Amino acid sequence: MKRIYLDHAATTPMRYEVLEAMLPYFREKFGNASTVYFYGQEAKGAINAARAKVASVINAASSEIVFTSGGTESDNFAISGVAWANQKRGNHIITSSIEHHAVLNICKFLEKRGFEVTYLPVDSQGLVSPEDVKRSIREETVLISIMHANNEVGTIEPIEEIGEIAKERGVYFHTDSVQTFGHIPIDVAKLNVDLLSASAHKLYGPKGVGALYIRNGVKIVPFLYGGDQENKRRASTENVAGIVGFGKAAQLALNEMEDEIKRLIPLRDRLIKEILEKINYTRLNGHPTKRLPGNVNISVEFVEGESMLLQLDIKGFCASSGSACTSSILEPSHVLTAMGIPAEVAHGSLRLTLGRDNTTEDIDYFLEVLPGIVERLRAMSPLSFQKGIP
Amino acid sequence: MYSERVMDHFFQPRNVGEIEDADGVGVAGNPICGDVMRITIKVDHEGETIKDIKFKTFGCGAAIATSSMVTEMVKGKDLTLEEAMKITNKTVAEALDGLPPIKMHCSNLAADALHAAIEDYLKKKKQQRTSK
Repeated sequence: MKRIYLDHAATTPMRYEVLEAMLPYFREKFGNASTVYFYGQEAKGAINAARAKVASVINAASSEIVFTSGGTESDNFAISGVAWANQKRGNHIITSSIEHHAVLNICKFLEKRGFEVTYLPVDSQGLVSPEDVKRSIREETVLISIMHANNEVGTIEPIEEIGEIAKERGVYFHTDSVQTFGHIPIDVAKLNVDLLSASAHKLYGPKGVGALYIRNGVKIVPFLYGGDQENKRRASTENVAGIVGFGKAAQLALNEMEDEIKRLIPLRDRLIKEILEKINYTRLNGHPTKRLPGNVNISVEFVEGESMLLQLDIKGFCASSGSACTSSILEPSHVLTAMGIPAEVAHGSLRLTLGRDNTTEDIDYFLEVLPGIVERLRAMSPLSFQKGIP
Repeated sequence: MYSERVMDHFFQPRNVGEIEDADGVGVAGNPICGDVMRITIKVDHEGETIKDIKFKTFGCGAAIATSSMVTEMVKGKDLTLEEAMKITNKTVAEALDGLPPIKMHCSNLAADALHAAIEDYLKKKKQQRTSK
């Protein structure tokens, strides 16, 4: 059976070019970058080249990039690192209620250690208000962390406006850019961002490697203590192959970004339009235009998300849902809930995230299959029975 | 994640629907939690056995499979109400070769819906008697 992968926000298949670039670093070019002889210098050179490529995606200097083990580490590093380093200045952090758990849970931990955290609300389309950010800043505020784009509903946040406010007030500004890095243009100078998290496997790179951009001059404590790697900010022998793969993926993403955006947006918009037209009692979650090029998030009423995913899976489609049943906490998505979507509707959300391999034919086939699945599940649902649908 | 039996009952659910002139209706769960099961039964008034049973369920794979399984454990077995009351969420899960641990509590409510349907029947019967 042909499998159609529509979950690129979860992870992406690594590109062959990336794999090719990585392979020598597992065996022939195996050196430890901290050593002085040939192999070590070879590895060091490869890391520096990758660092320059990653930096160029966001218009940063190479010296401002620290390689990490992934998006979660980058978020944890940024938030805890700035919090601990600036504790004498203040103990207040501002974030939003729709952040990834990699941000929310480190904030919750810091709350237990004497920090105060403001979780800003979002509107019905998932947008954080820059005005809210401004009003929440206090004398003790040391950090603002707002994601660049939401991983579930795809809403792109007003980062430039928030960055402007943070700069004016002299507060550090971190953005979780895991969903946008390599996907939409980012210029840290223009956005006034001080720290930015990225992860390689979201842009057809390897898992287990990410980066944190730290603007020169930002006060931050190291994340791992040990050797002098990563400018003493993140000890541990470098994951050379992973870093090389990240560099290659970043370079390819930057080169192809414009074309890929132009290709994905019409596919996304067609998918949204036709689902809403073909199936009644459906609604789009997130913003219609301030939206990641590949993100579709639809709520299908009277149907539970996991059931849809299982039915889609046997037809070959890989998708995701904000249903409680697809989480380990048995609560519907905190993002959809924060947007004011009722729990029973959140349970029926379907997230489709498009990527490089998806074609118009894939979308056509999906649109052919989905209505039947929904009809079948609705026929079984006591909720539609109560409301007399169809 | 799920056993073959669960997948079988999910993809080919048995006894889906609503008995029009049901003798008992039982509902378990709620839409906020993501699971609602509605079971309707037809009771043989003389022998007090369950003659027919149907379900409608809003929920995940486990919710649909347990609903389907509970109807299969009852239908055509000529179970007395007392015997049907002995079916538990646990025995339903066992009949499906188990459920993922996390699903044991949230989506395993089919026996509760069955019990509610039986209790609904008994309540109605009692009301009919007292009104006579």
